[in-house]
Amino acid sequence: MMEFILYKLPVIVLIIPLVSFLILIFFGKRLPRRGDWLANILLFTALGFSILILISYLMHGEKVSVTFDWINLGEGQPKITAGFVIDSLSAIMLVVVNIISALVHLYSVKYMEGDPKYGKYFAYLGLFTFSMLGIVLTNSLLLMYVFWELVGLSSYLLIGFWYERRAPQEAAKKAFIVNRIGDVGFLTGIMIVFLFIGDFSFSGIFNGVAQGKLAGGWLTAAGILIFCGAVGKSAQFPLHVWLSDAMEGPTPVSALIHAATMVAAGVYLVARVFVMLSADALTVIAYIGAITAFISATIAITQNDIKRVLAYSTVSQLGYMIMALGVGAYSYAVFHLVTHAFFKACLFLGSGSVIVGMHHIQDISQMGGLKKKMPVTYWTFLISTLSISGIPFTSGFLSKDSILSATLAFAQINGGINYIIPVIAFLVAGLTAFYMFRLVIKTFHGEPKLKENYEHCKESPIQMTLPLIILSILSIFIFFSFNPISADSGWILKVLKSPESLNVGMQGKIYHILPLEEFSEYLHHAHYPAMVLSIIMAGLGILIAFLFFYWNKVNTEKLKVKYKFFYKFSLNKWYFDEIYHLTAVSLTMGLSALSNLIDKYIIDGIVNGAAYLVKNISSLGGWFDKYVVDGLVNFVAAFIKFFGLVFRKFQTGKIQTYIALLIFSIIILYIIFRAF
Amino acid sequence: MQITIYHYLAVSTILFVLGIYALISRKNAILILMGIELILNACNINLIAFSKYGGLGIDGQVIAIFVIILAVAEAAIGLAIIINIYNNFSTVNVDEVNSLKE
Repeated sequence: MMEFILYKLPVIVLIIPLVSFLILIFFGKRLPRRGDWLANILLFTALGFSILILISYLMHGEKVSVTFDWINLGEGQPKITAGFVIDSLSAIMLVVVNIISALVHLYSVKYMEGDPKYGKYFAYLGLFTFSMLGIVLTNSLLLMYVFWELVGLSSYLLIGFWYERRAPQEAAKKAFIVNRIGDVGFLTGIMIVFLFIGDFSFSGIFNGVAQGKLAGGWLTAAGILIFCGAVGKSAQFPLHVWLSDAMEGPTPVSALIHAATMVAAGVYLVARVFVMLSADALTVIAYIGAITAFISATIAITQNDIKRVLAYSTVSQLGYMIMALGVGAYSYAVFHLVTHAFFKACLFLGSGSVIVGMHHIQDISQMGGLKKKMPVTYWTFLISTLSISGIPFTSGFLSKDSILSATLAFAQINGGINYIIPVIAFLVAGLTAFYMFRLVIKTFHGEPKLKENYEHCKESPIQMTLPLIILSILSIFIFFSFNPISADSGWILKVLKSPESLNVGMQGKIYHILPLEEFSEYLHHAHYPAMVLSIIMAGLGILIAFLFFYWNKVNTEKLKVKYKFFYKFSLNKWYFDEIYHLTAVSLTMGLSALSNLIDKYIIDGIVNGAAYLVKNISSLGGWFDKYVVDGLVNFVAAFIKFFGLVFRKFQTGKIQTYIALLIFSIIILYIIFRAF
Repeated sequence: MQITIYHYLAVSTILFVLGIYALISRKNAILILMGIELILNACNINLIAFSKYGGLGIDGQVIAIFVIILAVAEAAIGLAIIINIYNNFSTVNVDEVNSLKE
């Protein structure tokens, strides 16, 4: 039984969403209710199976890897294998992805009700879940890249789901193209790895690195390039610009893809290859994560679209995870990934509930006082907000606090400039609490701004609130650790042990990879200061939010005028879009215009010139054919005709003429033969 | 005057040329047939002359007899054809008997 669950069931779990996709895309229109019940049943079955896998794995306790030859290049050539792996990382991610996906399926039944492409929507969700599970399960870098691209595709389809409107089209394109930039790096990284090691499977790659086949600058390059893929998918600086635009998609999609699962794929990828990353690569990862966390937190403060605030908070939290991986806190990063998936999905689904309640108004300055009208949404939203802000007794507190302590430990070990990272991390913790409570207060408290919408507003139906309730319950500490202030004794961190890096002792430019034991020593010391500091920061953030927006002690309008520059800077998202438009986009456009000109005048000119030349040569040939060749033929014919006419005269049919000629000829012949 | 083979040949040549002339110039089928008779007779004179003066011996005379017989048969058939032509075309002018032309 155990054998079956660990060795066969993962494949079945992987295939189930694909089956859902195939059935719905081909037969969705013929099924009753467009087949949403089928998608739900299938996804909840997959959820059950994946929980079964996790439990079996926990009981079994050993990594399970199934590999088969995928492409055989012949004797002596590297083999390309495919397969799946069930270890703590993938088993936990399997459950997370399936929980979110199943709940989003359930939620979408009501949210997407009456949409003309209802069936197609569930089909796309199935495709997405399939590819995400593929990323989670695969044990080969190449196969992961395949699923990686599939995830990009389904994300594109779902962002642009309402492609009749202009904005989703643009957003889908933007997301796809920006992701492509990161993926080029990822692919290059894979190529470097394969070039040096000749294997795509993770175990093979790690063996190769351990044997020193890939080392030094190339190892750093490979690590950073693979991380580029994560930068694209996980919306890290400088490729974070697509995620806020991706909010044009349906809200459950934002919850599933752009908050909980797909954007976590980048973090998952870095976690997978974590052990082979060199010190310098880890430095880059840590700093990119910190920069991202900071930039997006400052942007989230001033945004007014409920989904955009959440989008930037997602980017910020993803930056946290990446930063945690960078500083070497593998297990904390994955732990935060899991907790974040639950509370962020809850927040997004809650915002969807609000949007439906407010009749598709997303501007939080137009909302207010929804607490009375939507109690379930309010309380679940509040729990998740507390969780993301890092208030004790929530899951977010456990994971965030761990990450903060890791950044502190990291700074203590490496010293110097590296103190920037914990400073940013704590600052972002305060900012997060501030903007999340700003969101809650503006949305649910105070006076309603739009009376009419407010009057018609009512709580969402059970299909929508049930996922909210489940997800908010999952945001409580008890599911991860029985100790509400430290996760270290909890089951999840016991299972998710940080693997020992293959580059232990490596001295980077400003980074020294310590053995795990020494690192946890530092972590241990950093834990309590970090906890106290993080609670203070979160409390400060919440306090300021209340001062600004609840008690109205501070006039925000005045502040806006006074610090106009900062306000504008944040509101316009640090002008990233504008900068990209001025540089990358206009450069690309200019290049395209130039190539268009080259194509139009030079290439087309050459082609047209060639055509003109061929045409003239052919007309010359035609002329030659007409007059010379035909002339010859006609001449021969005319010649023959002429002589025919001449000789016809002899063929009179009169025997006497013939005889006369005969005799005449004989006489001539006689004379000739006589003469000579 | 001694009569030699040349005299015979001269007579036969004259006969032959006259025959040819008749054959070529006459339009009347009967006259053409007569031209053929002349040619055959010129040929007979030659055969007889070679029989006497050349080395042909009695063979020449035999062949001459054969030729005469053939000439008779030929004349009979030719005249029969001419009578039939006359019956069909009411003429014996060979130029006007041209219905096979074209």
